[in-house]
Amino acid sequence: MRPFIEIENLKYVYPSFIPPHAGGQRGGGGQIVALRGVNLTIEQGEFVALIGPNGSGKSTLARHLNALLLPTAGAVWIDGLRTSDAHNVWAVRQKVGMVFQNPDNQIVATTVEEDVAFGPENMGLPADEIRHRVDDALAAVGLLDYRQYPPQMLSGGQKQLVAIAGALAARPSCIVFDEPTSMLDPVGRRQVLDTIRRLNAEEGITVLLITHSMSEAAMAQRVLVMEAGRMVMDGPPAIVFERGARLRALGLDLPPIVDIAQRLQAWGLPLPQGVLTVQDMVDALC
Amino acid sequence: MSALPIGMYVPGNSILHRLDPRVKMGATLVLMMIPFAVHGLWGYVALSTFVVTAVLLSGVPLGALLRTLRTVFWIAFLMFFLYLFTTPGEPLLALGSIAITRQGLLAAVAQIYRLCLLVTVASLLTFTTSPIHLTHGLEAMLSPLERARLPVRELAMVLTIALRFVPTLQEEIDKIAKAQRARGADFRTGGPLRRARNLVPIFVPIFVSAFRRADELATAMDARGFRSALHRTRMRKLRLGSLDLLATLIVMGLVLTVIWLG
Repeated sequence: MRPFIEIENLKYVYPSFIPPHAGGQRGGGGQIVALRGVNLTIEQGEFVALIGPNGSGKSTLARHLNALLLPTAGAVWIDGLRTSDAHNVWAVRQKVGMVFQNPDNQIVATTVEEDVAFGPENMGLPADEIRHRVDDALAAVGLLDYRQYPPQMLSGGQKQLVAIAGALAARPSCIVFDEPTSMLDPVGRRQVLDTIRRLNAEEGITVLLITHSMSEAAMAQRVLVMEAGRMVMDGPPAIVFERGARLRALGLDLPPIVDIAQRLQAWGLPLPQGVLTVQDMVDALC
Repeated sequence: MSALPIGMYVPGNSILHRLDPRVKMGATLVLMMIPFAVHGLWGYVALSTFVVTAVLLSGVPLGALLRTLRTVFWIAFLMFFLYLFTTPGEPLLALGSIAITRQGLLAAVAQIYRLCLLVTVASLLTFTTSPIHLTHGLEAMLSPLERARLPVRELAMVLTIALRFVPTLQEEIDKIAKAQRARGADFRTGGPLRRARNLVPIFVPIFVSAFRRADELATAMDARGFRSALHRTRMRKLRLGSLDLLATLIVMGLVLTVIWLG
């Protein structure tokens, strides 16, 4: 069977205006070359984190996964559908949902349930089916009691959960999270990360989590690192984090607990490989 | 967050809250026109009884209604004196060349009454109808115009999004104003021109951010599969119930009564 996401030698050049989400490397003639030949496959059900410095092409790559951007060269297949075929666009957008950074700027309606209904309404489903999906999606993020609330009465974390429910209501196989926690307080961050983890573990939803936080990346089964439009590392967190010096050169700091573990090993303490969380450290030491 | 001056939705479950928005909007239109058909005392009594009953049924706090009425105070004030002094007729009181006439006094009172009625009826609609219902109702009532190629559904979508962002932008204005004040900006003193100029440092950042928001929202809508409104269906369908039928009959009854009373 083909992998769920297949990216082959993907290149993308922004036309000569500045893309809204900034970043990227300026090429000649004012053009911005954002992706310089990315190859990647992601299987159904994987939990993948994508990290890299600002302007390395993370968001640009993410936007190729549901046909918001189309390749300048190369190709992207989602569940066997090539995104550059115009008649695949709507199917691809149903299969891959997206959650963006700013929760305020992705909520379209004046109540929670109306907003969650937006995706299924766009799909032209009958009213009963929409109602059913909205209830399921709100239950999955634990916001059923808030269905009638106006979005401005919710916390940042709750708004982001509404955005996740909005993506879920289209019944996608995969959700791409583009720095979903960077504008949230610690409580909201925890709510959102717990929800992402649960959706992956219990509903089998493929997750691509773009993040600046290495601790969040440590949650994933697989970590991708991008630099200047190229994929430079790809592996389980424990393996990727071993290359601490290279990551630091990219401006990416190891999660504190991984950093401590590596320093202790350098001091000669016999710690096992793959300490990623405080719990791992406790287990190794006690 | 500072409160909006007029017609903010007051959540509730009164009979008026439960009426179909189309019925409420239709009734509001009728009630806004009907005062112009009223001329005699009994017509006013019938109309007033109806509106006062509706206000009481709505459970809207009277303070909120009075605050709304206060917003038209100066217009009412001007209108009153305009009618009082310019209507010719049988003089009650003469001050040199200016005379207050019996007809003038009656006309002035009638105009104020009509204005207050208009404002009361309009705010009853917005007090008891949530923005979503309002847009749904508007969409439904304008839908015949789709045949004339008016993009009614798109307009409703635009309206919903505008309503959605009112509190967000309000919050942001507050935040920017505070930030500017912290750096010594002054929005309170000086003449109107000076004060208007001092608002520039608030509105420039607001515009910049509003455009950024619009851009991000458009991307998010694309990602959620938004295409032309023609492909869309709605979760919430408006359905007329027996209550709506009853309300329609009562309003029609009122219209006939008022016309009959003259």
